[in-house]
Amino acid sequence: MSESVAVPPAGALVRARDLAKTFDVSPPWLARVLGRAPRAVLTAVDGVSFDIPPGRTFSLVGESGCGKSTVARLVVRLYEPTRGRVEFDGIDLATLGSRAAMAPVRRRIQMIFQDPYASLNPRWRVADIVAEPIRTHRLLEGDAAIARRVGELLEQVRLSPVDGEKFPHEFSGGQRQRISIARALASNPDFLVCDEPTSALDVSVQAQILNLMRDLQREMGLTYLFISHDLAVVYHISDTVGVMYLGRLVEWAAARSLFHRPQHPYTRMLLDAIPDLEMTGKARQAVAGEVPSPIHPPSGCHFHPRCPLANARCRAEAPRPRPREGGEVACHAVEEGRLPERGGRATVAAEFQAS
Amino acid sequence: MDPAAYGNRPLLVVRDLRIEFPTRRATLVAVDGVSFHIDEGEVLGVVGESGAGKSLTGAAIIGLLEPPGRIAAGSVTLAGRRIDNLPYEEMRRIRGSQIGMVFQDPLTSLNPLYTVGRQLIETLQTHLDLSQQAARARAIELLGEVGIPSPQLRVDQYPHEFSGGMRQRVVIALALCVNPRLIIADEPTTALDVSIQAQIITLLKRLCREHGAAVMLITHDMGVIAETADRVAVMYAGRIAEVGRVDQVIKRARHPYTDGLMGSIPKVGTDADRLTQIEGSMPRLTEIPAGCAFHPRCPKVFERCTHERPDLASVDGAQVACWLYAGAPAEAIDRV
Amino acid sequence: MSSIVVAPNEIVLPLGKRVRDSLRRFFAGDLFHSFRRSPVTVAAFIVTVLLFAVALLASWIAPHDTANLSTLILSDARLPPWGVTDAVGTSGASKFVLGTDDQGRDMLSAMMFGLQISLAVGFASVILAAVFGTALGLFSGYVGGPIDSLIMRIADVQLTFPAILIALMIDGIAAGVLPRGLHDEVKVYVLVLAIAASQWVHFARTVRGSTLVEKGKEYVQAARVIGVHPVRIMLRHVLPNVMGPVLVIGTLSLAIAVLTEATLSFLGVGVPVTRPSLGTLIRIGQQYLFSGEWWMTIFPSVVLVVLVLAVNLLGDWLRDALNPKLR
Repeated sequence: MSESVAVPPAGALVRARDLAKTFDVSPPWLARVLGRAPRAVLTAVDGVSFDIPPGRTFSLVGESGCGKSTVARLVVRLYEPTRGRVEFDGIDLATLGSRAAMAPVRRRIQMIFQDPYASLNPRWRVADIVAEPIRTHRLLEGDAAIARRVGELLEQVRLSPVDGEKFPHEFSGGQRQRISIARALASNPDFLVCDEPTSALDVSVQAQILNLMRDLQREMGLTYLFISHDLAVVYHISDTVGVMYLGRLVEWAAARSLFHRPQHPYTRMLLDAIPDLEMTGKARQAVAGEVPSPIHPPSGCHFHPRCPLANARCRAEAPRPRPREGGEVACHAVEEGRLPERGGRATVAAEFQAS
Repeated sequence: MDPAAYGNRPLLVVRDLRIEFPTRRATLVAVDGVSFHIDEGEVLGVVGESGAGKSLTGAAIIGLLEPPGRIAAGSVTLAGRRIDNLPYEEMRRIRGSQIGMVFQDPLTSLNPLYTVGRQLIETLQTHLDLSQQAARARAIELLGEVGIPSPQLRVDQYPHEFSGGMRQRVVIALALCVNPRLIIADEPTTALDVSIQAQIITLLKRLCREHGAAVMLITHDMGVIAETADRVAVMYAGRIAEVGRVDQVIKRARHPYTDGLMGSIPKVGTDADRLTQIEGSMPRLTEIPAGCAFHPRCPKVFERCTHERPDLASVDGAQVACWLYAGAPAEAIDRV
Repeated sequence: MSSIVVAPNEIVLPLGKRVRDSLRRFFAGDLFHSFRRSPVTVAAFIVTVLLFAVALLASWIAPHDTANLSTLILSDARLPPWGVTDAVGTSGASKFVLGTDDQGRDMLSAMMFGLQISLAVGFASVILAAVFGTALGLFSGYVGGPIDSLIMRIADVQLTFPAILIALMIDGIAAGVLPRGLHDEVKVYVLVLAIAASQWVHFARTVRGSTLVEKGKEYVQAARVIGVHPVRIMLRHVLPNVMGPVLVIGTLSLAIAVLTEATLSFLGVGVPVTRPSLGTLIRIGQQYLFSGEWWMTIFPSVVLVVLVLAVNLLGDWLRDALNPKLR
């Protein structure tokens, strides 16, 4: 994919190039032989490239099936990519074969998960959960030192050190996410991958967690990869935002630029679908169609069945990323200059109804 | 039809509803003295965070409260008739014909073993006197109304052959098929993608207007409320904090909790460095504070709040349970 | 973990305090509460503990040392229980409270020692099956892929064989392979192995299923991201969360193991006759059942039934009590 990026390459802490991941979801061998069913391959991620500068927040946003969670897991090496590479601080993760070689990198990359109830081992006490990275990487010696550090970490996420003796089920969802964050910070990481960390939380608790994450980023110079389906949250917390659709990155740009001047038709439709909390009275124009199955994606540009600006080229050829203000966009209509001016929320939907 | 056209007659009146859960340690009060009403044809949003008791209230109204939960006090009246103390058979009949339900998870709302058409036809024939053909024709018509393409083909398909958004449309068709007067929708769009949410919300709003059904829309998503509801009730710790017209409550929230809630929602276009943060979290059922349940977290708390529970007081047409607005007793809510 | 003092708050408790805290939580918890409220379960528990105690202390509390063959007097054979007169007119005596068998063994003592053997074989085979089956299930479920398929296919194939048959096969192979003298000495061990071989599959399958569920949970993924060694993840993270069903299966498996051993002994291929188990006693007594000397069979049968019933009831309660626990 394109090598021209808006951010200077030297500044990137994390770099993904042409990342792709496919899963074999074929029916079992016997069923295939007897039922003559074909092999089925699910392309979760299809050639995604981005850079994340240090100390910044890069968000990936999209609907279900777009592959953003898979990208998160590829970056932390929970999955091996089918194609492409991930570089962390200049090191290609694929070159780190053994567990021992991977260990120093593992210390510097941590992850926070979506489900606060499943991300903490219900049988462990909180202090042991938070201390696990410290023990795994042998960062401190002696129980006393570890205990003191665990207390510090718990205080850093606005919990009390005595909470270390309790079990996860004694805490609320928001508090459990704080424990997850404390665990993630225990190894003094540089880079945090956050997979929908606030999606399962109430709005007021979400605000606490987002504020906390922002404070921690400033205090510790952390870099975030933030995955979410909630555009408003992403707007609030991100420096750069990437929009994914069916495994591809259709557009990415600086947050303000993307939200105020979106170019890709899918981005525009997503923004139009956000509920109107300001109650400006404009009726929400519904987006047509649904996300197709990732096992049988549409040909060419994946978005063409739902796009009001689709032409024959869109059906045949997948668009390549081209530069835009503050980032890149992959769309033939933009390239060919067919993109209309965005004059308000109802514009794109009106075009759709006209087509 | 516009609610005003009905002459603002209350269809559903809930008065002092109290839901308790007896456990071996103590009796937990999950909903404590909740009162509100829904007029014919209007959409009332019931909003609150998890644990506020909004789903339980909805379940109690339909009579689907899971034991050991039970209605300990109060009354629920539908079109002038009490429904909270009816025997099972009577309630079952009302549930299908007068109250329709739309739940959160379309996967479990539909029986996976029967075709979509069969479930529709069965419901139609149970409550209306229709022949098999007439019911089938009506079912196809309904599927078309909710925006399912090629309804005459899809009527014989099974739920797993539909996508999430399509399934939710079928659930809405099921809820509306016998023309109920009230629809209770509990988080109808939470499990759906953002773009599908928009479609379903628009559909629900339009159909309920066309069929003249009132809606009790239970959700935690303020955005959905802003787009759909006429009035909104904000619940906190099993009590109602504030009730009023939706533009009033959202734009000029009076209760400190509602105000904090609105401030903590991130909005595209608003460049705030920090979101408004309400310290602490909603109290557990075993630890509900005395007086006003919100007082430990309230930025405007004063002495009275810590030991006296505020009643709903009228302020400019809205009703707020807060001592900041004491002095004006609530309007009488039964105009029957 | 050694004792730690961290001023001003104790963040990590020392071991002794942790154990006391865990015990306090257990007795205050729902599991114990459900136990106390079920009279059947409490009764079953008491009966089980009683029988275990008898088996454990048999050497000290049995009135006669029936293991020592030299103490048996043949003229004492086939005496009825105390207070009962049999068809021939012989009366029972207080010396042999429950009567004697055809060798002159006191029934009560023989049953105590028989219980000891039955439970020893039962426990040993269950523990062996549980350790082996759990380890294999844990490994299979965590590793996945073709290894998992292979192990599960082996397990499936073995399940098609009845447990008794497997035990008989292993016993028969041992009898054929080992020289006679050696075979008699190791007979008990072979028996334990045979019964364990028929039981491990249940543990393996259940643990594998639970492992698959836990493997997908985020706390396991978090441990992988941290860089924890896979073996440590399996043992410290997954194993504690899959132990619940193991306990239930273990309890029920004990009952099955005892019955299997009794059946094998009844068939004559179980424990050696010199140290009869309950099953052996039943077999011996069975020959005399229809001549009116019922005590030799009935008493051991009753003990066996009561033991198996009590253990089964405990296992049933445990399964129900652990089931809805999602906290």
